[in-house]
Order: sequence, then C-alpha cells, then structure tokens
Amino acid sequence: MKSTKYVVTSQDSDVLPSDIALKIYELGREINVKETCFGVIIDGEEEDIDATVEEIRAMDESNIFIKDRGFPPGDPRRCRGHRGGGARPGFYMMQHESEILPLISRGLASEAMGEEASPEIETRKRPSLVELEKMIKEEFS
Amino acid sequence: MVKVMVYPPTSMILADLVERTGHEALVVSKEVRKKVNTPGLDSPPLNMTPEDPKKGLKYAAVDVPSGVRGRMSLLGPMIEEADAAIIIRNDNCTLGCTGCARTNELTRFLLKTKRIPILELDYPEDEFQAKRFVHKIHEFLEGLN
Repeated sequence: MKSTKYVVTSQDSDVLPSDIALKIYELGREINVKETCFGVIIDGEEEDIDATVEEIRAMDESNIFIKDRGFPPGDPRRCRGHRGGGARPGFYMMQHESEILPLISRGLASEAMGEEASPEIETRKRPSLVELEKMIKEEFS
Repeated sequence: MVKVMVYPPTSMILADLVERTGHEALVVSKEVRKKVNTPGLDSPPLNMTPEDPKKGLKYAAVDVPSGVRGRMSLLGPMIEEADAAIIIRNDNCTLGCTGCARTNELTRFLLKTKRIPILELDYPEDEFQAKRFVHKIHEFLEGLN
C-alpha cells in the first residue's frame, strides 16, 4: 500500500530540505520527493517509506519530525496550484506546532543525553495552613 | 507495540514522539488515507460513503449536527482501536478538520471513559516545560511496554 509522510525540520536544524531530498535520491528507492519550505513530502510503497524514515531521522535525530499525510503530494484535491491558492487544509496546525519545534528538539536532545527534567512549578506551591503553623512553631518555639 | 491515540488527532509532535519509541500513533491522516485509496470518492473526507453516517451514529445521536457525526465516523474507530492515549489540554490550535469543539469534547470524553492509560499534558511554552513534556511522554510510552 502507498504511504505519504511529511518530513519537517526544526528551525534549529542544520539540515536543509534539499539535503533530505539528496539523501533520498542517494538511497535509490522508488520514492517521490517534493521539497517544501518546511521540509519534504515523501510518497511511495509503505516498506520503502518506513525504511527511508529511519535513515532520514538519523540525519538529525532530535531536529527532524515525521508525520503521516492522507493525500499524495500534488493531489489536485489539496494542491494550492489547483485550488486557486489559499492556505492548505492542515496548515494552521502545522504552523502552530512548527513554532514550538525548537523547544521540543531541545527536550529530545536533553532526554537523549540522560539529563533529568526540572521539577514542575506546581511543586513550589504555597504552604498549607497546617504546614505554616508547623513552620511558625518550629521558628518561634 | 501499542496503539496510542493522540489528541489533537492531527498533531505532528505527538505522532512523531510516539513513533520514535516504536509504538503506533493513531492519527486522522491514516484514516483519511484509507478514504483516499477508496475508488469512487471524489473528495474525501468531505465525501462520505453510505456506511460513514452509520459509523458516526454509534457515537452521536441523530439530532447531533451532521459535522460531528461525520467526524466521529473517522475518529470513532480510532478511539475503539486505541490501547492508550495522549491528550493535549491547551488545544487552541485545532482548526480545519479538527476545528469542531463538540467533536473534540466527545473524543476526549470517549477516551477518558474507555479506561485505558491516558497522559494529559499542555503544549510547552518554554524550554523547561518542553523538557518535562518530552520526559513525561517518554516515561509514559516506556511504561506501556
């Protein structure tokens, strides 16, 4: 069965969409590649796509994000060239998530290095009445 | 491998994080792909088959707006398939096919009443929150094994 995926690079990444496209051409698999401003769209047989996804991810483990796409690239039902322009359906979600991709990339990098996540802010809450009473007694007794 | 439903069901970040750990992310684009590959449908998901409203009726009554039932015909089978779920609370970005607030409420409700492991989070706003976000998701997904 055919499969289509978005490959999106984080703003922190040194990998360009053209680098990913070249890498896919080097692999020599029967995959259609479409370069876009945010990354590439790849389309091909499911086995080829799954194998390629692993190799693309290895180019920059924490800065490359991959997502499934329902329609093949250039499909007239989605392609803006055929629909007379305007934002592509799904653009706003991708725009919103692209803005926080650098943060997620740093999170992934620190997770890969085994760094511990800082405690939640909620843990630094106000002391309860009982705790406050205990603190006062300890301080002034 | 566990099937993990992500909410918003179009989220790239969640789907990517789930698939990095070797699990299968249940996202709406996979359901749309099935429709795209179905001959005779001119413009899925706007076009429906006679079977779709029946699927939607399983989750929402006939007097519920047709958009909710149409969306539930895609999301309902995903919810049934899910073994675990990750839900984003501050989902202000849901627009387009995931822009129906009532469908989103129903999806979250059905996931919560399904008695499967659920992780609820907010999208991070700074680096510390992002580290916790990634760490919590990793911990949750590793726990599913």
